[in-house]
Amino acid sequence: MNYLIGLLSIVFFILAISVIVKSMKINKNLSEAEDPNSAADSSNNINAYGMLAFWFFGTVAGVWSFNASAPDFLPEAASAHGVTTDKMFWISMSVVTLAFFITNTLLLFFAYRYRYSKNRKATFYPVNHKLELIWTVIPAVVMAILVFSGWRTWRDITSQAPSDAVVIEITGHQFGWYVRYAGNDDNQLGNYNYKLIDETNNIGIDFTDKNSFDDFTATELHLPKGKPVLLKIHAQDVLHSVYLPFHRVKMDAVPGMPTKFWFTPTISTDEMRAKLGKKDFNFKLNCTEVCGRGHFGMAITVFVDEPADYKKWCAEQKPFLATNPAYLAKVPENLKAKAAKYIPAEPISVDSTATEAVSVN
Amino acid sequence: MSTAISHAEEVHTHAHDHEHEHHEPNFIQKYIFSEDHKTIAKQYLIMGILWAFVGGSLSIMFRLQLGFPDMQLEWLRPILGSWIDESGKIDKEFYLALVTMHGTIMVFFVLTAGLSGTFSNFLIPLQIGARDMASGFINMLSFWFFFLSSAIMFSSLFIETGPASGGWVIYPPLSALPQAMPGSGLGMTLWLTSMAFFIVSSLMGGINYICTIINLRTRGMTFTKMPLTIWSFFFTAILGLLSFPVLLSAALLLIFDRSFGTSFYLSEIYIQGQALPNVGGSAILYQHLFWFLGHPEVYIVLLPALGMTSEIIATNARKPIFGYRAMIGSLMGITVLAFIVWAHHMFVTGMNPFLGSVFMFLTLIIAVPSAVKAFNYITTLWKGNLIFTPAMLFSIGLVSLFISGGVTGIILGNSALDINLHDTYFVVAHFHLVMGSASFFGLMAGVYHWFPKMFGRMMNSTLGYIHFWATFVGVYAVFFPMHYTGIAGFPRRYYSFTALGNDGQNAFTDLNQFITVAAILTFSSQAIFFFNFVYSIFKGKKATENPWNSNTLEWTTPVNPGHGNWPGEIPAVYRWPYDYSKPGAESDFIPQHIPFSATPESNLPEENEEIAKEKAIESLLAAQNESYNR
Ligand code: HEM
Ligand SMILES: [Cu+2]
Ligand SMILES: [Cu+2]
Repeated sequence: MNYLIGLLSIVFFILAISVIVKSMKINKNLSEAEDPNSAADSSNNINAYGMLAFWFFGTVAGVWSFNASAPDFLPEAASAHGVTTDKMFWISMSVVTLAFFITNTLLLFFAYRYRYSKNRKATFYPVNHKLELIWTVIPAVVMAILVFSGWRTWRDITSQAPSDAVVIEITGHQFGWYVRYAGNDDNQLGNYNYKLIDETNNIGIDFTDKNSFDDFTATELHLPKGKPVLLKIHAQDVLHSVYLPFHRVKMDAVPGMPTKFWFTPTISTDEMRAKLGKKDFNFKLNCTEVCGRGHFGMAITVFVDEPADYKKWCAEQKPFLATNPAYLAKVPENLKAKAAKYIPAEPISVDSTATEAVSVN
Repeated sequence: MSTAISHAEEVHTHAHDHEHEHHEPNFIQKYIFSEDHKTIAKQYLIMGILWAFVGGSLSIMFRLQLGFPDMQLEWLRPILGSWIDESGKIDKEFYLALVTMHGTIMVFFVLTAGLSGTFSNFLIPLQIGARDMASGFINMLSFWFFFLSSAIMFSSLFIETGPASGGWVIYPPLSALPQAMPGSGLGMTLWLTSMAFFIVSSLMGGINYICTIINLRTRGMTFTKMPLTIWSFFFTAILGLLSFPVLLSAALLLIFDRSFGTSFYLSEIYIQGQALPNVGGSAILYQHLFWFLGHPEVYIVLLPALGMTSEIIATNARKPIFGYRAMIGSLMGITVLAFIVWAHHMFVTGMNPFLGSVFMFLTLIIAVPSAVKAFNYITTLWKGNLIFTPAMLFSIGLVSLFISGGVTGIILGNSALDINLHDTYFVVAHFHLVMGSASFFGLMAGVYHWFPKMFGRMMNSTLGYIHFWATFVGVYAVFFPMHYTGIAGFPRRYYSFTALGNDGQNAFTDLNQFITVAAILTFSSQAIFFFNFVYSIFKGKKATENPWNSNTLEWTTPVNPGHGNWPGEIPAVYRWPYDYSKPGAESDFIPQHIPFSATPESNLPEENEEIAKEKAIESLLAAQNESYNR
């Protein structure tokens, strides 16, 4: 690193010195050196060569720094749509980099090539409609192609989630995320209401809704590989934004306005670890909407499991009601019986027959 | 000639009539509560420069945190007090305050007020041939509202709970709830108050610019003979006039929510152990309102820079600007489109995806006029005879930065790609190049170019060259690498990157150090400019009337134009402003006030026909004088 800083300082230093030296020369023969008819002074050529030098060193620095940074870019997308958008990103990036390179090259090269000379006169060239038409149409066409493919992808990403998608609720708050699963019985999240939030029921699960009874909460996000997952996103206090960088997923969490995002994870945590050769690699969920002091640290770990492992993990989780039987009091009379099933009166956890019985309705 | 003199006398006597009992302006009238557009312009410029140093220093502080997270910043305690925490680092909330104030200051106070305020004021009357703005009084008020707004914003830096901290976009509920962060208390109140005054100031300025351009053009100055600078100021003022009121309403509703218990933006909030009663509001509504200004704002900042660049490049390439009409057309296209792309800042806010599709299409259309402008600049250089004055260098730099930052807009405008890139450093790189740096370069170019007319002296060009190269290399070194961290998924407004996991915080330590060092060097090199600017005001080489051999009308005024700008009659205008290196002409420039009848050797066939109209233009003199005497 230090060499980089050194390099940079040197560049600035040399620039400064060279121009100062030059300026001393100018000051000496101020009047003779200058062409009385023009504002061009004897530094004109230096500045022109500067343009070339900038082009050259800029290109070298650009290519070098890209290659040096590439290993730290996000690894291959771990979701189905992410693979598509990554590909589109790099294609678009190539197109715009090419445009960037050509136009900057022309700009800097023309600046150098057409530097002031006493013996030349600028060409009076005010307009050329054909040329203008060409360079209006070309970007328009290129843009149209990029937009069109972008639009198709966007439409697919934001389409309705498949009906068999695993539903998970993420709630952002200062400064953390609550995760709630639809439960092992009904794949349906129960209602919630911000007025019901208390110390224990920190999501505000509404126990007058029977779908809530089997819901369980977690401090990590577990996702099944290869299955569509629908994230239902809330915020309690201020804006937050769910960002799963490795899955190319981002969606704001807005108080009072539920949002959603569905996607299909395609690479399990284990597979990703193997691919990257990092035994302790983990997917993450971060916050990308500024939310206060702890914004930068608002992250939880994401595990993508093989479907069987995911099932197993889910089965091990206890419904919120089971761990907090006191909330049975909030269940309306007519549903008490149903809810009571989840209360470990006899300490047997939810058995498989119960599962089937409930999932019928 | 005698008519000119008698006219000058007439104006003089009239001025006296007009001011009735008033004496010569005293010091206060002349320099402080001045109604002269040139003085007001200088006031804006000086405020803008001061603000730029404040905004810049804030960014250096947070760059230190990002580049050297382990560094001991105890030495900043004398300035920052308890904003340096016990461990000797910048407080986490203060970090956000720094980012917020940096953004606010740079976008509004430096690049809106400092840029438009300075050059619209200075150049509109001078380039269209007017004695002053349509209303000197409103113009003066505009500056003093800006001053008031500045004073309030500046004072908010020193209050105990800190200035506003929710990002320059101040999204509610964060900005609405004082319990959410200390900066949302008094700091936010001051922010909103300050911005309300700022908006008032900008509206008064804008109305004046528009009226002046429409009503006070000198005889012969038809719209199609106006310099591109004026066109760009015109469109900028329209953008501001139509979009700033929307920001004002957004701010007002926020004030209501904060102070009067309304629920425009608030709904179903549980914070700090308490469920708030507000329901039915929409946080997204604020974002729509904000970006309805926010997107036009980016062009409010950029268009004046582009306009001045057109002028400077043509002058110093000794060549007409290529595609004058296309340039006007693209300015117009950008102005219209700027109003219908705002939601591209909101692709992932949960707004209806169909809206996202619509805004993606509209956004990418705006790239076309932008591209046309870039091509036209490049073609203007082609086969020119380029004189690299510092202003010219900064203009070329602007074009380069405009392209480099603009191309990534095409990526971000694609909603499918924006999912991953939104709110990462990729966006930071994009807008700092295309808006921050490009407009800043425009500001610098403008100062170097018009300094002789502002202060009657020349700036030192050698220092100008050093300043340019250090800044040009510097801003690329600072902002270009941010694309890489963006592609790596680093979110913006992060105090540190420890929570990215997987050693994320160690991924770009070198790069972040490099950026920080480059930022410090770039910022420091602005001292060269500051020295040059101050020194040249008092000690610079005396300027001539038209040091760059330029065509526009301001260069026909005396070295130090007085009140009323032209001592005699205002010159008439016969031709467009870009007759540089015209074939057949003796000199390589023919100013706008030279009639075609005086240049038979270089007239194009259609221009010979214009000669017949010269009489008619001349005959408007009486009417023009009359309009000033009313
Ligand atoms: C080629 C034309 C352009 C396109 C297609 C474009 C597109 C975009 C998009 C889609 C975003 C939102 C990115 C995100 O937040 O995820 C954005 C951000 C931004 N753009 Fe551009 N842009 C263009 C040119 C410009 C210009 C000319 C300026 C300024 C003069 C500008 C200034 C900004 C700013 C300030 C932001 C960030 C605002 C913030 O979130 O704080 N853009 N641009
Ligand atoms: Cu956050
Ligand atoms: Cu925008």
